[in-house]
Amino acid sequence: MAERPEDLNLPNAVITRIIKEALPDGVNISKEARSAISRAASVFVLYATSCANNFAMKGKRKTLNAGDVLSAMEEMEFQRFVTPLKESLEVYRREQKGKKEARKDKDKKADSEEQDKSREEENDDDDERMDEEEQNDEEEVDN
Amino acid sequence: MAARLSGGENRLVSLPLSRIRVIMKSSPEVSSINQDALFLTAKATELFVQYLAAYSYKHGKGKEKNALTYSDLSHTAEECETFQFLADILPKKILASKYLKMLEKEKQDGNVREDDEEDEEEADEHEAVEDVGS
Repeated sequence: MAERPEDLNLPNAVITRIIKEALPDGVNISKEARSAISRAASVFVLYATSCANNFAMKGKRKTLNAGDVLSAMEEMEFQRFVTPLKESLEVYRREQKGKKEARKDKDKKADSEEQDKSREEENDDDDERMDEEEQNDEEEVDN
Repeated sequence: MAARLSGGENRLVSLPLSRIRVIMKSSPEVSSINQDALFLTAKATELFVQYLAAYSYKHGKGKEKNALTYSDLSHTAEECETFQFLADILPKKILASKYLKMLEKEKQDGNVREDDEEDEEEADEHEAVEDVGS
């Protein structure tokens, strides 16, 4: 595996928060239980990756794609995840697209030649952004 | 990476994509991972954590004391087929006294076997102890 074992672990604080969201309020989670779930999550990632990779190889592809991961979930008997995953993926893709266009807009401001073209595109962007804002209360953070 | 900095649980995914990626890449046959696949794996892992926790709590004895315990989790790994891939990393725990009794029993079973198997026997017992101990 990797040289540094802690790299294969997921952050405790995040794991704990996710666990709490799944349990009734006030339930105590023993340190052992939390640690065990964290390890289980890492194993899950490995198992899912290996399974998804099999689908990619079947398709003679070297890059794992979204479809491979979804197929892996079915294969691993986690069909219940497929619909919520597909929904999240749509939101994620829209966000990524929005960020990309926000970056494009920044570049355009610096480039005067493109100004006419960008005015047309901005109208479309505004429409999209309005939809996103309605559905998504989060602030966007540029990476 | 895409770990969002806004507060609250409204973020799309909480687990850091960079860390998920490190784990995925540690898998030997994997060459590259598309961004969507990375996101889905992270999100799936969150769903998995919630499912494992909720299932274990519901079916376990910990809730008698309003807690989720290691035993609940190991029980789930053993009893539920979907989670059986976790059985090796969530072994049931036994008391030291029980373990010693197991060793005693193994030793006694060994004495019942034929003489010319003695050398093999000892090797087996040594192996068995190592396995149980690890």
